[in-house]
Amino acid sequence: MIVLPILIPFLIGVLCLLVKKTSLSSTLSILGAFLQLGVAVWMLTEVVAAEIIAVQIGNWQAPFGISIVADLMAAIMVLITAVISLAVQFYALSDISKALKQKHFYAIVNLLLMGVNGSFLTGDLFNLYVWFEVMLIASFVLITMGGEKAQLEGGVKYLVINLLSSILFLCGIGLLYGKLGTLNMADIAAKMVDVEDAFLINSSAMLLFVAFGIKSALFPFFFWLPASYHTPNIAISALFAGLLTKVGVYALIRSYTLLFQTQFDLIQDVLIVVSACTMIFGVFGAACQYDIKKILSFHIISQIGYIVMGLAIGTPLAIAGAIFYTIHHIVVKTNLFLIGGLIERIYGTSDLKKLGGLFKWSPAFSLLFFIPAFSLGGIPPFSGFWAKFGVIRAGLEANHFWLVGAALFVGVFTLFSMTKIWAEAFWKKSEVESPPHWNSLTYSSVLPCVVLALITLYLSFFGNTLFSYAESTSAQLLNPSFYINALLN
Amino acid sequence: MEIAIAIVIGVLFAGGIYGILRRSLVKLILGIILLGQAANMLVFSSGGLRESVPVFVDASTKATDVADPIPQALVLTAIVIGFGLIIFSISLLMKAQKALKSDDINAFNNTDKVS
Amino acid sequence: MNIVSLSTKYVYPLLIALAVISLYRGHNLPGGGFIGGLLAASAVMLHALTSDWEQALRRLRVSPEQLMAGGLLLATFSGIFALGGGEPFMTARWMETFYLPLLGKVKLGTPFLFDIGVFFAVIGFTTKCAYSLGTYKY
Repeated sequence: MIVLPILIPFLIGVLCLLVKKTSLSSTLSILGAFLQLGVAVWMLTEVVAAEIIAVQIGNWQAPFGISIVADLMAAIMVLITAVISLAVQFYALSDISKALKQKHFYAIVNLLLMGVNGSFLTGDLFNLYVWFEVMLIASFVLITMGGEKAQLEGGVKYLVINLLSSILFLCGIGLLYGKLGTLNMADIAAKMVDVEDAFLINSSAMLLFVAFGIKSALFPFFFWLPASYHTPNIAISALFAGLLTKVGVYALIRSYTLLFQTQFDLIQDVLIVVSACTMIFGVFGAACQYDIKKILSFHIISQIGYIVMGLAIGTPLAIAGAIFYTIHHIVVKTNLFLIGGLIERIYGTSDLKKLGGLFKWSPAFSLLFFIPAFSLGGIPPFSGFWAKFGVIRAGLEANHFWLVGAALFVGVFTLFSMTKIWAEAFWKKSEVESPPHWNSLTYSSVLPCVVLALITLYLSFFGNTLFSYAESTSAQLLNPSFYINALLN
Repeated sequence: MEIAIAIVIGVLFAGGIYGILRRSLVKLILGIILLGQAANMLVFSSGGLRESVPVFVDASTKATDVADPIPQALVLTAIVIGFGLIIFSISLLMKAQKALKSDDINAFNNTDKVS
Repeated sequence: MNIVSLSTKYVYPLLIALAVISLYRGHNLPGGGFIGGLLAASAVMLHALTSDWEQALRRLRVSPEQLMAGGLLLATFSGIFALGGGEPFMTARWMETFYLPLLGKVKLGTPFLFDIGVFFAVIGFTTKCAYSLGTYKY
């Protein structure tokens, strides 16, 4: 039954393709999102009980057939995907114009969700490539939806670099298959142990690193992200910001804890340097921008740096920190994009220089922004602090002092840009008497932000439930023989 | 045979990289197509670069007489996916060229600007 | 009437027939849903080249989106079918082999259903792509 997170969005997407009335397709899609949330919660409880669930598609036994595997890592990612999709689809009700909805917006969003869930659940490397492509095609259509000049231009950059990433991924798969003769992830990991000449394996490991690095916007491959993420409708940006780069990070974590675990020493130095550079360059990029959406786009990059830093350190605590960080980051970043969209809707622009006075007009709205923004900045009671704390403590324990130094330095700058948005949009005196389009805030667009902020608060004050879950996840990830035995027995 | 395929793959990669480094949109898309074909060839030949044994063999045929079917299946999938992606890329580049009134990639620098 | 339009008149049904044949023999021999779908879509495109897209789509009777959605639904159904028996998704179920005049041995099962689904989805997708590229105005 664990194919349901893939099947539900697929069926809903196909039905949305058939339905002509937009109100019907949006209802259908939101119902599907609720259903998916229910399935994800059910799957999480099952996986916690059974530790790992595997299904062999078509009853072809692994390693010959395609396996769908739900372990602790996949289950929590599927759950958070369902939450984000529900929030974004509610927001999209008032954010996406009717013309775009008629161009099958809902069908394509569901196709994207199918790709994302498929990537999380698959146990086969080539199948992962296929899900990546499904996700990619859907995201190409979404990012250029509407056909504005900036969108087309950003879309071209996004398209070209992501196509290159897929090509490199495919080459990596080819080399790996040539060497090992298998594509099942568990089987690859099992055969990796007794490989003598690791030349092709190392090449493949680096090719996959670059491919996933492009997808997750690591330094030096991140340029496509700030060039394209601010161009589409904000609901689409929020969905991308929350999920797409994290699929790349998930693939990185999966490949370097399972597939290339024997090659981890080789890649570790690269990961450390890359993660430090990703954090620093991302935050510097954000510091010089004056547009909310562009600042937030650059912050995705620097936050990805923290997650990869956890992977680079590679101790159980660090991986647990990285997983906690991923979940926290998905919630907070999606929320910030959605709220940024609300601010843009109120003022008609997202340029910080033209904003101001929001705190005077509505302290409640300011609080709504304050929670995710300062959680991202890492202010103590909020979840961002615990996420950073986990990763940094792991770094200290493993004696990566200058990496920790970079992380702390970047933390200060993150806070600086969040304070910049706060000071410019909320505290600064406004040039106009009253907010121009205050009544454009509808319930359906504010509600998702409130819910996501509540989730952030939950993670802040009751974060230890998630953190202990993340610790058992990282224990499971770092013990690949468990995964291998569960699939190949 | 393998050395010939290796040379073909190398030439395809070289041509593709040359294409994507040019400034014209048409050469960009041609470069991507070439790179995609190079990757497909690489996957296709990956079954032959070692003494591979096919997975599904009847009892009557000897395993060494049959080519490994998995790379062929993989490359078929990859070609189909590439087909869809290339169609989309071409239509997107057409629209972008129309919107920006230029097929020079140097004109594509508006979304990177600091606002 | 020029030679292309004239020949299209006769080639169109031939291509469709070829598509259906290659769909049918596709399980073990060269052919299959994807190839068949491409052949059928090429018939539609040929018609569009010689007359115009409106006529070609009218001859299809259903819109490309509907073809795509219908095909995908059929393909999914062939996968879900096995779930009822408690087997994993996409497990193949075969009917008893029987003999028909002209066709010989007939073996029907869910993989064939899947192929038919792919066939329609490919026709829909290819026609849709060619339509949007072909009617693009500079």
